[in-house]
Amino acid sequence: MSTMNTVGRPTAPNEVQTKPATLTGGRGLLQNEALIFEGDGWGKTGVDLPEPKTDGSDLGDLVRKDPIGLPGLSEPETMRHYVRLSQKNHAIDLAIYPLGSCTMKHNPRLNEKMARLPGFSDIHPLQPISTVQGALELMDTLAHWLKTLTGMPAVALSPKAGAHGELCGLMAIRAAHEASGQHEKRRKVLVPTSAHGTNPATAAFVGYTVVEVAQTEDGRVDVADLASKLGDDVAAIMVTNPNTCGLFERDILEISRLTHEAGAYFYCDGANFNAIVGRVRPGDLGVDAMHINLHKTFSTPHGGGGPGAGPVVLSEALAPFAPAPWVVHDADGYRLIEREEDEAVQAFGRLCAFQGQMGMYVRALSYMMSHGADGLRQVAEDAVLNANYIKARLCDLMSAAFPDGPCMHEALFDDEWLKGTDITTLDFAKAMIDEGFHPMTMYFPLVVHGAMLIEPTETESKAELDRFIHAMRLLAQAAKAGDVDRFKGAPFHAPLKRLDETRAARSPVLRWSAPAGSNQAA
Amino acid sequence: MKFTKDHEWVSLDGDIATVGISKHAADALGDVVFVEVPEVGKTVAKGDSFAVVESVKAASDVYAPVSGEVVEANDALSTAPETVNSAPQADGWFAKIKVSDAAELDALMDQAAYDAFLATL
Repeated sequence: MSTMNTVGRPTAPNEVQTKPATLTGGRGLLQNEALIFEGDGWGKTGVDLPEPKTDGSDLGDLVRKDPIGLPGLSEPETMRHYVRLSQKNHAIDLAIYPLGSCTMKHNPRLNEKMARLPGFSDIHPLQPISTVQGALELMDTLAHWLKTLTGMPAVALSPKAGAHGELCGLMAIRAAHEASGQHEKRRKVLVPTSAHGTNPATAAFVGYTVVEVAQTEDGRVDVADLASKLGDDVAAIMVTNPNTCGLFERDILEISRLTHEAGAYFYCDGANFNAIVGRVRPGDLGVDAMHINLHKTFSTPHGGGGPGAGPVVLSEALAPFAPAPWVVHDADGYRLIEREEDEAVQAFGRLCAFQGQMGMYVRALSYMMSHGADGLRQVAEDAVLNANYIKARLCDLMSAAFPDGPCMHEALFDDEWLKGTDITTLDFAKAMIDEGFHPMTMYFPLVVHGAMLIEPTETESKAELDRFIHAMRLLAQAAKAGDVDRFKGAPFHAPLKRLDETRAARSPVLRWSAPAGSNQAA
Repeated sequence: MKFTKDHEWVSLDGDIATVGISKHAADALGDVVFVEVPEVGKTVAKGDSFAVVESVKAASDVYAPVSGEVVEANDALSTAPETVNSAPQADGWFAKIKVSDAAELDALMDQAAYDAFLATL
């Protein structure tokens, strides 16, 4: 029983800890939300449309015979369903989102304001060119910024994600080898063991054989191993710099020299560009192709907040093979190069039907222009400083995977420090959820045992980093003190408890089916 | 039973080698959720990627510890991948290979050498 003051409120609210389970499953103004299919929306509709005036269908035998199987909801029901779900989710607008190699940074509201201008948001890709000059100018300006920041002569804006950009880069490389008659013999792509999984997947998808390159003790590409595998059967190497261990590849110039000497091209995975933007131009490192995740380095939303965009910058050697479309500017204004003829005769084709993610172009350029060249340099500096602050503040309790020297934009720990505690990286991550923090990336990169990869980005203030570090230190101390129960069943305070990921992967249920006996059951 | 540095095991009976992944590998992967075994009749060279094992943590290639022709594949793993965790060095075998050069096994580690190798990791 806590002491009450004169107005009947607890003087120390935090001491009021009795927590009876709720009767309905709701929690503190959050109702327990069922699947949208499990409501009572069957047989009703939220909109009142007139019966279509048709004289029969042209589909013949293909006309649907069974009900479509979608619940009907009114507008308020729909709004509430999705807002309730969103309240159970985590977002960068709520707190630090330290997923390593994902660069989850704040999405400035200025970007949103610009993207909603009707001249950008209400246009159609098939509109006459004369009516979208502003949008084309924006694409041209964005291309100019990307080329300037990377020191590369050409850019393909249209790829719609990082992996799509990788595909674009490797297709340009393949086109270049085809043009020089070397495609038949150059069938291999070299990829370091610490690479993002998309790198070998992309190379395999384009038809290449993937050969792994070993890593040195200090977490970098083993140049001797690379050199021994380079030859006239290699089409390209794919290297991430800084790499997925959060380390700068010190031998990058040598890697690039050896690659070009062997007649191969250097694809750089630009996922970690945030660590070097404004400081290092990949073109100066000898890169031939690199994708830039606008949804990472240039602050456009990830996932549900908007589609990705992965423009690819290309070197002089690969520029002729860039896919259509691109914007050109002459005395008549801006226009799009759309066809594989004239100046685009060697273009390898195109990657999407239209011009790519216009809304993301607007957001990314807003971010660039509001920061300026000096501001972007500071983005990289602050991102690296923040990661090193976390590494320095945690490395006495947790084991840094590469303790010697500073890291770049992400701090990488292994699970050596959990040895003997019976607590795994997964348990630790789940306990972070209870403390109000989204976990870092786990078990990646694969080359580090029980990896925990933390990327704070420049978004976080020192105060927010200190809150994160405080929670991490308390948890690490609890783990070392043998408080196993806190970890093994975690999360205890999340809307859903520990999920059976193994069962979900082994026997996935990909489609909702009505419970037997209900009026929706087939 | 002999082992590779990539944590495959091989057990030779006549000229038929049964191959799989070691207990150490299965433990390190965590719960295995998917296994892709090679097709019967496929010819593999020592060191070729010939199978894939996927766990909740990672997807990994499995390399052929010996050269030869795949004569039998453990198709039961497609519906019961958990066998790789419960009995990695027995019922969780991946494939049987008719070896083309039994001498290749000489370069592999025996149990004692493999245990010593694991201690260095």
